[in-house]
Amino acid sequence: MNEKAMRKSRWQTVIFLLIIIVLTYLSSAITRFNFVEGMATIPEAIGWIFSNLMVTQESMDKLPKILEKLAETIFMSIAATTIAAVISLFLGLFGSKTTKVNNFLSVFARFIASVSRNIPVVAWSLVLLLSFGQNSVTGFLALFIGTVGFLTRAFIESIDEASQSSVEALTATGATYLQIVSKAVIPQCLPQILSWVLFMVETNIRNATLVGILTGTGIGYTFDVYYKMLNYNAVALVTLCIVITVIIVDLISNYVRKVIL
Amino acid sequence: MSLLKIEGLGKSYTADKQILKNVNFEIKAGEFVSIIGPSGAGKSTMLRCINRMVEFNEGKIIFNHQDVGSLNNKELRKLRTNIGMVFQHYNLVPRLTVIENVLHGRFGYKTTLQGVLGRYTEEEKERAFYLLEKLGIHEHAYKRCDQLSGGQQQRVGICRALIQEPKLILCDEPIASLDPSSSKVIMDHLKSISTEMGITCLVNLHQVEVAQHYSDHIIGLNKGEVVFRGEGSELSAEQIQKIYETNTKDLIIE
Ligand SMILES: Nc1ncnc2c1ncn2[C@@H]1O[C@H](COP(=O)(O)OP(=O)(O)OP(=O)(O)O)[C@@H](O)[C@H]1O
Ligand SMILES: [Mg+2]
Repeated sequence: MNEKAMRKSRWQTVIFLLIIIVLTYLSSAITRFNFVEGMATIPEAIGWIFSNLMVTQESMDKLPKILEKLAETIFMSIAATTIAAVISLFLGLFGSKTTKVNNFLSVFARFIASVSRNIPVVAWSLVLLLSFGQNSVTGFLALFIGTVGFLTRAFIESIDEASQSSVEALTATGATYLQIVSKAVIPQCLPQILSWVLFMVETNIRNATLVGILTGTGIGYTFDVYYKMLNYNAVALVTLCIVITVIIVDLISNYVRKVIL
Repeated sequence: MSLLKIEGLGKSYTADKQILKNVNFEIKAGEFVSIIGPSGAGKSTMLRCINRMVEFNEGKIIFNHQDVGSLNNKELRKLRTNIGMVFQHYNLVPRLTVIENVLHGRFGYKTTLQGVLGRYTEEEKERAFYLLEKLGIHEHAYKRCDQLSGGQQQRVGICRALIQEPKLILCDEPIASLDPSSSKVIMDHLKSISTEMGITCLVNLHQVEVAQHYSDHIIGLNKGEVVFRGEGSELSAEQIQKIYETNTKDLIIE
């Protein structure tokens, strides 16, 4: 980099910072969000949390029911993720440059990936809510669709990156497509693929709570019910359970990741 | 009797640029032939036309009495079992073991199912170990390939090509990523493959001296055209200049 270019890039940084400051000011002006006032309410909010959101003996009675719903949510997330992973693996193979079967399927896979990924899970829940109503299928589908999009994209990249050279070599030996995929592409990409699936299980357990509130299923629904009944102690317990679950899942998947990579 | 005959070969990836132009040559069985030429001359493209990893547009390639251009998918697969390939970057599956990578060379002879299930006969396994021993890497047979040095990985690549029991081995810059001593080991192995096993070798090389030392014949390629064809000793400074379009003293020669 010569001096001129360096000076230019310094200027770019300054301009960039100025733009961010202006944008922040404008957006708070438009939304009438007052930073100082917002900060001032924090102590009060914390006070409220400590006085109301406490797990009491009474709310502990509800624990079995909460755990049951929690288990339902976890299993739904795992099911949605694993089924989506299987579908995404095929879409990933079709979408990857090195393992594509034909151009039509390749474009199709990439289309599915971008459509389902670029619409947030919450939006999918609301759309599906209209067509399927409030039941567990809706929640499942919302997670499933978002996951297919994300995993397909991730798998395409993993496959592209990991297998180009060995695919060329095996094609040159006269190997068939399925031989190449099963003996070169999959073994090479498996750690990344599993890692992405674990990541999605984690994400989906988190998302499932939110999706559950919208679609009336699982732990999210339980949360919603207690919340509307103003039973804040039970809400606190539900939240605590979710947090603990997410932490445990996180630990497990980190451990598994360490073992496979 | 020639094993490989190339007549009027032409190739272009895009309409505006012809990569190979009217290439003609013949290679006899058991010969060791090098292709030299500057970067972008079309050496890799040339090699890949022979086993149709790249589809050519004009001309004819006759390999082992077969017209390569006219083969359907099944026949092409059969043809490829007879042609081994060795790459600059080895192109192994890094996470798999050495022995698994060598056995990959047998896929062409198997049904899809046999390959997917990884069914290999005793003879195939014995042959794989025999080849690893021959190239001096049998003690690494159960190591993962990503734990091997470049030179060792290239020897695995050669084993994978040899277990195909090919008539011809195509090598695309097999020593371009290796240090001089590993390069010598690899070139010596390739040479002995052609002299002892009678397998024809067609090797893309960047080093003129290496080509002169090892080859029975050298083909000089420039901008997709054959500008030299002859024995290593016939390659004069003038001819090198014609191939590389620079003076010999401007070339780095090891
Ligand atoms: N898949 C492709 N699509 C379009 N053009 C290509 C493709 N592969 C190669 N080319 C072009 O063909 C020409 C010859 O490439 P090739 O790889 O055969 O040269 P090379 O002699 O092997 O060079 P190097 O010594 O650098 O490996 C180059 O100009 C390259 O840009
Ligand atoms: Mg090349």
